[in-house]
Amino acid sequence: MAAHPPLRALAIGGSAGGLDALTQILPHLPARAPLAVFVVLHVRRQRPSILADIVASHCGMEVHEAEDKEPVRAGVVYVAPPDYHLLIADGPSIALSVDDAIHFSRPSIDALFETAAEQYGPALAGIVLSGANADGAAGLAAIERQGGRVFVQEPATAQAREMVEAAAAATRAATIAPPAALGPAIVALMTGTAA
Amino acid sequence: MAATASHDAEVDALLDTLFRVHHYDFRAYSRVSLRRRLAAAVERLGYADLAALHAHVARDGTVFNRLLGFLTVQVSEMFRDPHYFLALRESVVPLLSTYPSLRVWVAGCSSGEEAYSLAILLHEEGLLERTMIYATDINPVALEKAAAGIYPVEAMRAYTTNYQQAGGKASLSDYYTAAYDNAVMSRPMRERITFADHSLATDTVFAEVHLVSCRNVLIYFDAKLQAHALGLFADALCRRGFLGLGARESVRFTAGGDRFADFAREDRIFRKVA
Repeated sequence: MAAHPPLRALAIGGSAGGLDALTQILPHLPARAPLAVFVVLHVRRQRPSILADIVASHCGMEVHEAEDKEPVRAGVVYVAPPDYHLLIADGPSIALSVDDAIHFSRPSIDALFETAAEQYGPALAGIVLSGANADGAAGLAAIERQGGRVFVQEPATAQAREMVEAAAAATRAATIAPPAALGPAIVALMTGTAA
Repeated sequence: MAATASHDAEVDALLDTLFRVHHYDFRAYSRVSLRRRLAAAVERLGYADLAALHAHVARDGTVFNRLLGFLTVQVSEMFRDPHYFLALRESVVPLLSTYPSLRVWVAGCSSGEEAYSLAILLHEEGLLERTMIYATDINPVALEKAAAGIYPVEAMRAYTTNYQQAGGKASLSDYYTAAYDNAVMSRPMRERITFADHSLATDTVFAEVHLVSCRNVLIYFDAKLQAHALGLFADALCRRGFLGLGARESVRFTAGGDRFADFAREDRIFRKVA
């Protein structure tokens, strides 16, 4: 296997049951993790948005809702705001969009994964979590094509299997693991101790 | 990455054609969104690739018009983000009502839903009679639709919840006439709005206004054009005038953002300070 550059970014997407899995992964990441994390979870449009607060309560890293044109910094978890697509632009920086929903979803996991893959190439890892539609499969395949590492939540541990099964089918060599093992796997990549 | 670089050159070439031949300037639009919109246009219009689309756009006006639809498409909804309209009603209107006459600019009005929402709100607050609303966009098809003020009646029914959450004082159906599957906005609402072609990239300020509402438009601009547009708004606004942006937009990362101060922070309403 070709040597990978150090991990600079992690993109995570999920839908029904995804939050539960996410809160098992993020506690593993140290407060000063040397990578940026992007999160798209399909949630109902609400105000005030509490998703970032929920994520922050399970995570030592700085967490906030992504703002348009914001420069991306290592050590920060960027949560997609409800009803906006979260895209990664040159810089890298954050770009938001209210373009049409993809797979009935805005934010779209595919849109995040595809644009992050263009920016980070092999320095990106992507994780698809539990969910009841096919969003994220094309995006995870794009990350893999650009040389990034790809992970899928073990379907048996997912509240809704459709998303993880679609993602596993769309990729060639995704690592399939339960949420409890995904956090340590990312940390291993981050610190260069992965097998 | 090499693939991206060559693709960017193709995008540049197409944008140059749009500017040279059709006088539409998308060159300073956010590249990441533009790439996705162009990819959608190539696929949905049935072209093999961007070069094939480019070749047709250069010599076929109808293809250009269809492409324009993809490049300017925006979600539009009456009273979208009701809290924004509620904040305007409760916090901004009391200050606007001190002026003898009012001018409001809806920049990037798309098919007009937001302009009509503001007209309804100002009507209910007793200000519409002395207000002129300028609603501008670069897409002539959207402007035509906006000026007609005709929307699917099903969609209007769906906006009722928004309207109520925005502090609506009557019934949304008071402001339109249903005819078959269509809702036609009532004449008093339409009379106070002037829809006009205006580009934030290439046109200048046309009036002094008290409120600019420009929601989810600046996110499609690159940093430089964003700063330019913000400058236009500051120049158009009267002293201490108001600027309303989209639910997740701010002036924080934009040059010239310091000409504005937070007014209703959570609702993304700003006030000109310089």
